[in-house]
Amino acid sequence: MDFPLFHLDLFGDRLLMAVIAVIHVIINHALAVGFIPLVVLFEYRGYRESKTNLAEGKKWDDLAYKLMFFAFIVTTSVGAITGVGIWFTAALISPASIGSLIRVFFGAWFTEWIIFVLEVVFIMYYFLTWKKTKDDPVQKWKHIKTGGALGIFSWLTMAIIVGILGFMMDTGAWAESKSFLDGFTNPFYIPQLFFRTPMAFIMAASIILFLTISYTKDDIKFRGKALKNIALWMFLWTPHVLAAGLYYYYKIPRLMEGNVPVAIGTQRFQNWYETILYFLIATIIVSMLTAVWAAFKPKRISKTAAFITIIITFLTLGTFERVREFIRKPYVISEYMYSNQLRVEDYDKYKFDGILKHAIYTSTPQITDANKLEAGENIFGLACSRCHTVSGVNSIVTKFENLLTPNGGDLPKDKIIEYIPVMNAGRYYMPPFPGNNDEIDVLADYIIEMQSNPIKHLGVQNKGVTISPGHAQ
Amino acid sequence: MLLFQIQPIPRDIPLPLPLPEWILISLLIISFLAHILFINLMLGGSVLTVIFQIMGLKKEKYDKLAYEIANTITVNKSLAVVLGVAPLLVINALYTIYFYSANALTANLWISIIPLLIIAFLVTYYHKYNWEKYKGNKRTHIAIGLVATLIFLFIPLIFLTNINLMIFPERWAEVRGAFSAMIFWNVIPRYLHFLAGTTAITGLFIVGYFGRKSFPFEERLSDFSREEIKRLGYKLTFYVTISQIVFGPFVLFTLPWGSVSWHLIGVVTTAALIASAAVYFLWKEIRPANISPGKYFITIVLLLSLTVLLMGWGRHVYRSDTLAPHQELMKVKTEAYYNLND
Repeated sequence: MDFPLFHLDLFGDRLLMAVIAVIHVIINHALAVGFIPLVVLFEYRGYRESKTNLAEGKKWDDLAYKLMFFAFIVTTSVGAITGVGIWFTAALISPASIGSLIRVFFGAWFTEWIIFVLEVVFIMYYFLTWKKTKDDPVQKWKHIKTGGALGIFSWLTMAIIVGILGFMMDTGAWAESKSFLDGFTNPFYIPQLFFRTPMAFIMAASIILFLTISYTKDDIKFRGKALKNIALWMFLWTPHVLAAGLYYYYKIPRLMEGNVPVAIGTQRFQNWYETILYFLIATIIVSMLTAVWAAFKPKRISKTAAFITIIITFLTLGTFERVREFIRKPYVISEYMYSNQLRVEDYDKYKFDGILKHAIYTSTPQITDANKLEAGENIFGLACSRCHTVSGVNSIVTKFENLLTPNGGDLPKDKIIEYIPVMNAGRYYMPPFPGNNDEIDVLADYIIEMQSNPIKHLGVQNKGVTISPGHAQ
Repeated sequence: MLLFQIQPIPRDIPLPLPLPEWILISLLIISFLAHILFINLMLGGSVLTVIFQIMGLKKEKYDKLAYEIANTITVNKSLAVVLGVAPLLVINALYTIYFYSANALTANLWISIIPLLIIAFLVTYYHKYNWEKYKGNKRTHIAIGLVATLIFLFIPLIFLTNINLMIFPERWAEVRGAFSAMIFWNVIPRYLHFLAGTTAITGLFIVGYFGRKSFPFEERLSDFSREEIKRLGYKLTFYVTISQIVFGPFVLFTLPWGSVSWHLIGVVTTAALIASAAVYFLWKEIRPANISPGKYFITIVLLLSLTVLLMGWGRHVYRSDTLAPHQELMKVKTEAYYNLND
């Protein structure tokens, strides 16, 4: 409403966030939080072995270094920049919500930042002093401790951000207190954190397995030892993934009680919800089988097995993220702001005056006979474009076709007009329509026009803004 | 330009700032300068690596120098990125409407920072870790390094376009795509001023980094003397800081003049005078008669740090003065709309 709206009409705005955020989450779980502890353990093993068998100790140390090199390159480039990318993207696709959250959670994000700085300092120190400290046991021990600190700080960054993520889903918390601490006492916090931690360890273990098979192809005997260690690590954490995953799965509907009328569980949500169970079980089975194979047949294990484990763990985490995003809808901030960036409190104004009157940037502050189609498009932009496109991903035309004309044919205007005012009741993840009846009318005309003559809805990054005269000076 | 002097008056986020405004402003200026320091070193390091590698085609000792400088980019770039988070957070909180509006209007270019930086970082790593591998094929190696350098040179222009646009709401309606905001006539002067500053800081970094006792000079740069490298660094800083006598005023005179206040002129003039004192000491360092440069290093660093601090403050003064009328209009509207005073 108060911001010029960026929009991608082919891929949709959500996909931009999904791509950047998922890349970032995979890297921070699998190559940072989960990765460092195992690398440090290998380094420590090398340190211990060196006391009795220098050559053997060196093998562990070299392996740990090579693994760390991979993680260092990827986390400090793709990992770090996609993190910034999430900020940039949130501000583009949902400025009102991120702008609001930052007022309340500034302290949390600032603390997160301090820990990030320390994490960067530690990782620089840990990686860049590896070679020069490895031959002196005293320096080596200090180096290992740095690795330990790095692992802890890495985990801490996750512990903080999960608080914010949980808060966004927590019904009532915003209305009650809007406090930093609520981020950590909300009912989503513990289930999420207790799931993500062992999940990160398993994801990392599958990548380390893959890399270790590569790095030890000339020394099968050593490979056997390394793989046994990795397998042990996977055996250790897989039950935790199962337990925490099941707990999170069990908790979700109960946590959503404030959000979903208990009698209505839509099919779509049910499908997604059950998917996480299947993925969870698949992860457990695949990672256990791979671990057993790695432990007992290190010579014969193929990288494909490790690769499949990597993919399945990534998909499982991805599914949980998708469900988490689902749970939050129709809100972007639970009970305060809908996904369309409009505050719950302001809805009376929109339903009475219409949304166009309140929009800062619109070429149609009032609907006239001459501007109906344009007004319809502008309403689409203000009320729908955060999640929908005209003819791309999650196309609004397709949604109505699936609903009203599944067997084909022209969209019926009267049915569209009938549906829009009650869509929140039928599909809980849809915000209520933030406009009056005249606006529903022109929006319906626009959607019908887009069915026969689809034209991309352009974002301000292409077409600029038109200031509504009532909001200019 | 007259056509678009209409400015939008949006409503602000109807939630209180997370901290008192003066704390946020101080945090913004200081954390931004910390970020820019390491950006300077990263960018300057990348540019100098390419230049010295090219010189190294004729004299191998410069290739070694290039390698040593390339090594510093790894740490400097990561500190630059992580230190960028704090000013980003604060500017998001303090100037929400302005910053996000500018982001949206220039979004195609703005979001391209993400893939561009990832590519630049990966290419920089590749360039550094394959130095030996490309020993027989220096030209290709230099070309690879140049890819990263060009990206690093382009990205500040994107940032400048954004943070410049954000302080001129009366021009938002004029923008059609990022490029139209980039050609606002004061963006390039700011960019040139920034590039000069980058070079100056990097010069000092060379003096400090290679000149320190703990740097294994004899082992790593045996074809140079410490004095030679220090002099090189000082000369860079000296000549470029003098050139700011052109670039600095160029920025001042291309700023939309309406909000240039005596306060601003006072701050930047004071900064320029302090920089002149630094130039004096730099001159003393690079004089041929001075056989052991380094005596005034701390003095020069302190003087130029003070210059930068004042310039950072001046930057904020201009932003603040330019936005003050609009912020007042926005405040009145926000309070009325959300009945905040009820």
